[in-house]
Amino acid sequence: MANSPSGAVVGVDVGGTFTDLVELDQSTGQVRLAKVPSTLDNQAFGVLNALNAAECDLAALDLIVHGTTTTTNAVLERKLAKTGLITTQGFRDVLELGRRTRPQPYGMKGKFKPLIPRNLRIQVPERLEYTGAVVTDLDEAAVLSAGQALLDQGCETVVIHFLHAYANPDHELRAADILRQIWPNDHITMGHDLLSESREFERGVTAAVNASVQPLLERYLQRLIKELETGGYTGDVLVMNGNGGMVSAARVSIEAAKTVMSGPASGVIAAAYTGRRAGFGNLITYDMGGTSTDVALIRDSEPSVSNEIELEYAMPIHVPMVDVRTVGAGGGSIARVNPAGLLEVGPESAGADPGPICYGQGGNTPTISDANLILGRLDPAGLNSIKGGVSLDDVKSIFARELGDPLGLDAVQAAAAVIKIANTKMAGAIRMVSISLGIDPRDFALFAFGGAGPLHASELARELDVPRLIVPSRPGITNAIGCVVADLRHDFTNTLNAPLDSLDETRLRDVFAAQTADGERQIAQENIDIHAVRHLYSVDMQFIGQTHLLRVPLDRPDVDLKTLRALFEEAYFRRFRVELAYIRANVVNANTSVIGTRAELDLSSLIDPQGRKSTLDEAQTGMRAVFFEDSWQDTPIYWRDHLPGDFNLTGPAIVQQMDTTLLLEPGDRASGDSDGNILVNIGGAK
Amino acid sequence: MSLDPITLSVIQAGLQQVCDEMDLSFSRAAFSPVIAEANDRSDGIYSADDGSLIAQGAGGLPVFVGTMQYSTRTLIEMIADGNAAAPQPDDIYIVNDPYLGGTHLMDVRFAKPYYRNGEIYCWLSNTGHWPDTGGSVPGGFSASATAVEQEGLRLPPVRLFKQGVLDEEIFAIISSNIRVADQRIGDVKAQAAALLVGERRLNALLDRYGDDTVTEAIAELRRRAAVQMRAFIADIAEGTYSSVAWIDSDGVVNEPLAIRLAITRKGDDLTFDFTGTSPPCMGPMNSVLATTLSSVYLAMRHIFPEVPMSAGAFEPLKVVGVKDTFLDAHYPRPVSGCAAEVSQRIAEAVFAALVVPLPDRVTAAPAGTSGNFALGGHDPSRGRDFVMYQISGGGYGGNLDHDGLSNGCSTIGISKAPPVEIMEQAFPVLYHHYQLHEGSGGAGTHRGGFGLDYEVELRCGDARASFVMDHGRFGPQGALGGADGSCNQVTVNRSGERYTPEHLSKEQDISMQPGDRVQVRTPGGGGYGDPFLRAPELVCEDVILERYTSQQARDLFGVVLSEDPIAVDAANTKTLRKTMQQQ
Repeated sequence: MANSPSGAVVGVDVGGTFTDLVELDQSTGQVRLAKVPSTLDNQAFGVLNALNAAECDLAALDLIVHGTTTTTNAVLERKLAKTGLITTQGFRDVLELGRRTRPQPYGMKGKFKPLIPRNLRIQVPERLEYTGAVVTDLDEAAVLSAGQALLDQGCETVVIHFLHAYANPDHELRAADILRQIWPNDHITMGHDLLSESREFERGVTAAVNASVQPLLERYLQRLIKELETGGYTGDVLVMNGNGGMVSAARVSIEAAKTVMSGPASGVIAAAYTGRRAGFGNLITYDMGGTSTDVALIRDSEPSVSNEIELEYAMPIHVPMVDVRTVGAGGGSIARVNPAGLLEVGPESAGADPGPICYGQGGNTPTISDANLILGRLDPAGLNSIKGGVSLDDVKSIFARELGDPLGLDAVQAAAAVIKIANTKMAGAIRMVSISLGIDPRDFALFAFGGAGPLHASELARELDVPRLIVPSRPGITNAIGCVVADLRHDFTNTLNAPLDSLDETRLRDVFAAQTADGERQIAQENIDIHAVRHLYSVDMQFIGQTHLLRVPLDRPDVDLKTLRALFEEAYFRRFRVELAYIRANVVNANTSVIGTRAELDLSSLIDPQGRKSTLDEAQTGMRAVFFEDSWQDTPIYWRDHLPGDFNLTGPAIVQQMDTTLLLEPGDRASGDSDGNILVNIGGAK
Repeated sequence: MSLDPITLSVIQAGLQQVCDEMDLSFSRAAFSPVIAEANDRSDGIYSADDGSLIAQGAGGLPVFVGTMQYSTRTLIEMIADGNAAAPQPDDIYIVNDPYLGGTHLMDVRFAKPYYRNGEIYCWLSNTGHWPDTGGSVPGGFSASATAVEQEGLRLPPVRLFKQGVLDEEIFAIISSNIRVADQRIGDVKAQAAALLVGERRLNALLDRYGDDTVTEAIAELRRRAAVQMRAFIADIAEGTYSSVAWIDSDGVVNEPLAIRLAITRKGDDLTFDFTGTSPPCMGPMNSVLATTLSSVYLAMRHIFPEVPMSAGAFEPLKVVGVKDTFLDAHYPRPVSGCAAEVSQRIAEAVFAALVVPLPDRVTAAPAGTSGNFALGGHDPSRGRDFVMYQISGGGYGGNLDHDGLSNGCSTIGISKAPPVEIMEQAFPVLYHHYQLHEGSGGAGTHRGGFGLDYEVELRCGDARASFVMDHGRFGPQGALGGADGSCNQVTVNRSGERYTPEHLSKEQDISMQPGDRVQVRTPGGGGYGDPFLRAPELVCEDVILERYTSQQARDLFGVVLSEDPIAVDAANTKTLRKTMQQQ
C-alpha cells in the first residue's frame, strides 16, 4: 500500500478527433501535455504520436492509463468480429426483434441491423423457468454441434445466451464447458456473466457486444503494448471502463463491453475528482464539443451510474456505466429559419467537414460557432490562421442572408438569436436529464469543459438558475485527466426479485458479501498501488406492480428490512413527491461497487505556476468588443496560463487558453483556486 | 406590442418544455406498466376558451395527439352549460367517457384548470391508459361487447381532487369497479403530480415573460403552425387521392368494415372525405369522432414530423363525411377497438392515399395492429389474481429508402413490448417461442418488415383469454406495386385441439386450462415498389437468413436460387421474371 504515487503517470484518451495526453510526475511536479490528431484505423499510432509530442520518456514512466474508443466505434460502425450465438430453442430472434420500438415517435421509417446475423444464431433445446428451475434439460449434443457449425462458418467468438440464466447459470456454464472442448480461443461470452439481470434482449445485446468486440480490443492492446515496449516502457497499461474505473490491459478484454463509452466517462471522473478537491460535491457536467454535448450528474462526488445505457437505437448495453446523456447541440449545429418563420438550431450539424463557415472548408450554413465569432465571443483574429480565406464579413453576410432577412434582423442580432435559442434548448435538455435523475439543477454547480463548454456555460447557468460554475484548468483535455485520476472499480448486480416483506435478510447479506469478495479479489489481482478500498452498496427497488426501478443507496450491507423500507420510501418521495405507504415494495437487484482508490494527485501544476503573472493587468492580452444581450461591450481578454494564482475578476471578460475560451457575462464574479480552477459566481443568479 | 421572432421561439421551447416535464414525471412515477414502460400517456396545455391544443409533450402517445383537445373542449362546454361542476383552484377532473372527446374507457383523462390572477388561463390535461376499468373482460378489450356498459366503468367529468384533496368517496366507487384496484392509487397520484409539475413550470414561464407576451405568443405560434402545415401541403400535387382500408370484422358480426377515403388537395387545404365508409357496427370496432380526427392528425404527423403539435397544425386538415359511419359512433355503441385498431386503419387509409403524391415521405402500410392479447384469472403459484397484457409489434412498410423495420410498434403507439422474462416472472405463463414471423414481409423493391411469431402457454390455475387485433383477413397494403404483408394469424390450442377463431383476429372469454396455448403471428409490413425490381442478391440474403424460403423467393420475387451454397441463378432469374411479368 503506497500513499503517494511513486512517479510519472500518463493518461491518454483517444477521442473522435484528437488524442489527448497528460503526464503528471508527482515526484518532480512536472506536467507534460499533448493534443494530436487521432488515428482511428489504428489508435496506437495516435497514442505514440502523443507520447512523442509531449516528449515523454517511456522508460521513466510508471503507469499509462488509456481511454480508447476502439470498442465504441466498432459497434457503431458494425466493424465487428464474426460472432455466433447459441440460444434457447424458440428464442433465436431476440436480438433482432428487440423491444418492438421505432427510432423516433413520428415517421414510420427506420432501420436496424442486429449484431449477429440470423444464420449465425443457433437454437438448442433447453429451458428454465423464472425461478431457475429446469423445464427442459440442456441438450449437450446440440450445443456441441451448434458450436461446430459456428466454427465451420468462420466465427471467431461465441455468445451463449439462455432464457432466465440470471436465475440459474448452470446451463450456460455447462454449455461453455462443452464449447471449450472445441473452441480455439477464450472468446466465449455467457449472457449471465456480465450482468446477472433479467430482460433477455438487453442482456443478450450486452453479451453480443462483448463477444463481438473482444478480439478487436485484445488485438489492439497487444499491438499498443508491443509498440510501447519497443519504446522502452516496462510499466503496466490500464484501460478505462465506461463505469469510470480502470482495469489492466491484460484482463480488460474479458469484459470488453465495459470499455464502451469510456471516453465520456473519464471526463466525468475528472470532473468529480476536480470538483471534490474544490469543495463541490454536486455537479452537472457540461461537455460541449463540435457536434454534440454530453451531460452527466455527480452527487456527493459520485458520478451517477446506470445499467441501462443505450448506445444508439435498440443497442442497450446493460453494464454499469457513468450515466452520460448526449443532448442538444454542438458548435457545428446548424441554424435555419423554418417554414413557419421561426429560428431553429440543430439537430443537424455541419460536423467536422465542411464544418462551420468559419472553418473555411466550404461550409456555408450558419452554425453556433459562427454566431460566437460574429458576437466577438470567439477571437476573429483566429480566422487568419484558418485556410480557405473566409473573412468575418463573409460569415456576417451569410447570417444576414440566411437568417437576418427572413427574421427582420441584422447579422449581429441574428447571431445573438442563434446563441439564445441554442442555450434555451440546451438548458431544457439539461433540465430533462436532471429531472429524470430526480434532482433540481439549482442545487448543483455547473462543471464546464470540452472545446465549447466554457463559452456557453455562464449563460446556460443563468438559464438553469444554477448559481455556480467551475471551469477546470485544462477543459480541453479533461478526459485524459480522468484517466490519470481514475480508480480501480468493479461493479456487480444480482437479481433478487423478492417482495420486501418476504426477503431473506441473510440472502441479501450473502449476495453483498459475495459481490464484495469478488471485487476485492479482482482488485488484488491488479499490480497497482491502492490507497484504500471502498464499497458502494445499493439495492434497486420498486413498488409491486411497477416496472421502473429506483436505486436506493445503502450505508452498509447488513441492512434490516425495516430500514430498507424506510430508505426506499424516503428515496421514492424525494424523487416523485408521492407517498405510497400502503403498497408493498419489491427488491429487484442488489448492487455492489468495489473501488480501489489511488493516492491523491496534485493537480495544481496543470497550469505551470512559473508562467503565472502577479497581476491581472499583466495577464490581459487586450480588449475586444463582445456582444451581450443587446449591446456591444468593451471586454478585457485574459490569457488563462498567465492569470495570477489568486485572482478575482468581474465580467464581462474573456479568458482564452490553448483549447478553449471562457466567456464571463457582465456581473459574473470569477476567482482562481489552488488547483488552477476558475470558480464563477453567476451574476444575478437567484 | 409586437413579438420578436426570438421571444416567440423561446416561448415555444418553454411551452414544449412544460409538457415534456409533465410527460417525464407521469411515466417515472406511474404504476401501470402500460404507462411507465409503454408510455401510453400524454400531457398537454389547452386553451381556456375552447380547449384547443397549445402544446403537447413530444413523447406522448401519438393517438392522443388530437383527442385531448376535444376532451378539454367538451369539459369546458359542460361546465358552461352546468352539466359539470364549476371548477375551483386546485381541482382536478377525471373523465373517461369515450363520447366526450375520448378514446376507449381505459384511457383516463385528468384535467386541471390553471389559474392566473383568479381566472382560468388555460387547462393542463393528461391521459393515461389504466390496465383495467372494469367491464366484462380483464383489461377492457372485449371483442364481443355490444354496448359500452359491457366495456367498463364510464366516468363523466367529476372532480376527483377538490381544491387539491383527493375525494375518497369517488375514488372508492372507482376502486370497487376495477380489477387490481390496489395499485391504481399509484397511477392516480402520478397523474395528478404530473399536472402539478406542469403548473409549477408554467408559473415560471409566465412570471418570466409576462402573461400578455405569452398569450400573444400562443396565438402567433398557432397561426404559424398552420402556415408551416400549409407549406408542406403545397408539396402534394393538386387532385384527389383515394384509398380503402379494411377491418376484419367488428367482433360480433363477421363481416369486414370498409374505411373509404378520398383526400383532396385544393389550394393549401387537405380535405379527408370518408363518405362511403361502413355504418356504425354492433361490436367494439366503432370509433368516436375525437379518435377519428386524431388518427388523421397522427398520420399526417408521421408524414410531416417537422410540424410542431398545436391546434394550428390541424387547421388546414378538414375531415368530412364521417356522419353515420362507424368512425363517428355515439352512445351506447361499444368502442374498445377504436384507439388501438380502428385508428391504425384510418392511418393506413391516409398512407395508402398519400403514398402516390408523396412517394418519398410515405411508406407502404405498417402492420397496423396493437396485437392486444389479455389473459386474466387466478394464479395459485403466487396466490393472487392477475391480468396479463401482451402487446406485440409487426413489420413496417417498405419505403423509398429501405426495407421496412421488423417488429415495430403500432402506428399509434411508441411503446416497448415487455420482455418474455419479465412476463414469466409476473404471470403463470411459459412462452414456447418468440421469433420472427418468417415470410411475412410483403414483397417489393423494398420489402416489408417481418412480424412476430409467439406462442404462450398457461402453466397453472385457470384463466380467460381475450384478444382484439386486426389484419387477420387482409394484410397491410403494399404500395406502388408492392405486395401486401402477411395477415395476422391466431391459433388457439385447447386440450390439444387447435383452432382458428371465427373472427380470425378477435375473440373473448376463451377458457384456458393449464397446458392450453395461444399462438399469434403478427402481420408483416406492405412491400414498396415492384418486387421484380428487387436486387436478387438481397432476396438471396433473406433466404440465407431463413426469412423467406427458396420457394417464396421464386414465387414472390421471381428469383431462382441454387442450393448449397445458396446463390443467385442469374440466368434463370432473368427468364423467370420475364415470364412472370408477362402473365
